[in-house]
Amino acid sequence: MESASRPIHAGSGLNLERSGGSLPPWGAWGAVGGSAAVAAAILIATGAFTVALTLVFGTLLAAIVLYAWSRAVEGPRRAKDRLMTLVIAAAFGLAMIPLLSLIFEVAKRGIPGLSWEFFTADARGAIGGSGGASHAIVGTLVITAVATLISVPIGIMGAIYLNEYGEGPLRRALTFFVDVMTGIPSIVAGLFAYALFEIFLGPGIRLGVMGSVALSVLMIPIVIRSAEEILKIVPDHLREAAYALGTPKWKTITKVVLPTAFAGLVTGVMIAIARIVGETAPLLVTTGVVDSMNTDPFNGRMQNLAVYAYNEYRSPGVMKQVAYDKAWAAALTLIAIVMILNIAARLVYRRYKTEIR
Amino acid sequence: MLGSGTKRPEAPEKRGEMTHARASGATSTEPVTASAGKPAKTIETRGVNLFYGDFHAVEEVTMTIEPNKVTALIGSSGCGKTTFLRSLNRMHELTPGARVEGAVTLDGEDVYDSRVDPVAVRRLIGMVFQQPNPFPTMSIYDNVAAGLNLNSTKVSKAQKDSVVERSLRRAHLWDEVKDRLDKPGGSLSGGQQQRLCIARAIAVEPEVLLMDEPCSALDPVATLAVEDLIGELKNRYTIAIVTHNMQQASRASDVTAFFNLDETGKPGHLVEMGPTQEIFTNPKQKETEDYVSGRFG
Repeated sequence: MESASRPIHAGSGLNLERSGGSLPPWGAWGAVGGSAAVAAAILIATGAFTVALTLVFGTLLAAIVLYAWSRAVEGPRRAKDRLMTLVIAAAFGLAMIPLLSLIFEVAKRGIPGLSWEFFTADARGAIGGSGGASHAIVGTLVITAVATLISVPIGIMGAIYLNEYGEGPLRRALTFFVDVMTGIPSIVAGLFAYALFEIFLGPGIRLGVMGSVALSVLMIPIVIRSAEEILKIVPDHLREAAYALGTPKWKTITKVVLPTAFAGLVTGVMIAIARIVGETAPLLVTTGVVDSMNTDPFNGRMQNLAVYAYNEYRSPGVMKQVAYDKAWAAALTLIAIVMILNIAARLVYRRYKTEIR
Repeated sequence: MLGSGTKRPEAPEKRGEMTHARASGATSTEPVTASAGKPAKTIETRGVNLFYGDFHAVEEVTMTIEPNKVTALIGSSGCGKTTFLRSLNRMHELTPGARVEGAVTLDGEDVYDSRVDPVAVRRLIGMVFQQPNPFPTMSIYDNVAAGLNLNSTKVSKAQKDSVVERSLRRAHLWDEVKDRLDKPGGSLSGGQQQRLCIARAIAVEPEVLLMDEPCSALDPVATLAVEDLIGELKNRYTIAIVTHNMQQASRASDVTAFFNLDETGKPGHLVEMGPTQEIFTNPKQKETEDYVSGRFG
């Protein structure tokens, strides 16, 4: 009874699948491209053409065409394989849409606001759409740099503790709290930094370094987490090789473990920087809003790109469009900084990566 | 040519008791040529028991590892040979939860004395591992000089050069790498990497060299090269080698110790120890005979 219900390939006891042939190398692309063209033609003919509709109908049509074509030529198993490949590619495309449209939109709206003045002038006393964002660019770089200076040593040393020294309940507790810290809302970090400095410097205090402290609260757990993962993959046999030479533990860590992990550590730090460079909320309450250039994080308010963009949008003044253009230009500059950091991280990684066996 | 490097560089820090003992001995100056023998040191263990947490891995091992001889530790997998070897230079305790009971002495000095720094012990008792493990961030030169660099031993460039050359010559690697000392250690073949690791271990001039299956990742040609090397190194060092390869034990060792365990989960113990010739041809214990002849149980 059991065997009767199971399909058996006729004429062959071996159950080997024999396909009649295969699609030409351009088959899959041809089917997708053809389907898209047909979908576009139909939509134009009916007067309902949009790019989005073409993509949706084109993909659906391609799925049907490719499956039917492949099933006829190659047999059902290959047809299913091709269908699934198409579905997965479509899902990837769907996931890319928000990212691409975001970059496209920011570039489209941001480019009109870019000018020589935007990068060289600050906004002090700017009226009638004049002035630039150089103070915000410099502020972003200074605040982020100070935050990095605070976070990287603490973060890397924390990771070294967790991975090389920590054990038992203390280690578990620290790991737990690092995880909790990763989830702190950024405004809480800002209020924490404000409250901390208020104790010493009185209410209403606004300093660049306060923003750096707030960002450090967000950055340290990210650095610890990424550095810990990197240190974990440094193989133990390298540590043992150093110990067997009579090397003290701290020297093993500084001379063997850290150099081996260097590329990964840099990448982790860069990703952490990229994560905090665009923070707005914690800086609103700590560094304040200001129109003039300030390069001293320990003296006076400091502008940054995210707050600048927020502020241009919130209070655009009389020439609304100029202010909006500047806000978008600031957003574009921020994205460019993040991208440059990511590319730099990749270059450093490629240059210094160690073959770990 | 080697003269400038023959004076042993002394690490300035944390050598403690062990340093004074050995600095007063005859070994602080050594013969100039590599072939001349030097008196090496004896390792003795008395009632050594080794644990991983609650797991009793090795039980009551008492043995003497004699100077200027190669002692092979053989036995089936999991019988504690490697664990025992790692207890001799206090590497065992690096594993979390690992414990040692009993005494290990180096020329009569207790290695596990509470006043002895384990780092100092490891400087005197070097180790070569199963997998060749050159430091991936360092060049061939720096790998060999790693012991000097990492121990912040202050030596001149010329001295370092001569230590590197001498160590590589002793490890029979000099001719193959002398033109590319600045290339990364990972660029060498497996057999060359293992000889590089041996050069690295002997560059710090240990008294004893422990080898944990040093040839198991090597092909027969490289294995033979390393075995020849071991045969020469025993002129200068006390050598203990863990091996799964019975032919290697019979070829390369003077003394063989056979470890066994009654069943999985029980601690391993030393069954018998004696001149290699005797262990392989006329062992006292039936267990040993079954093992070396390939019959078990």
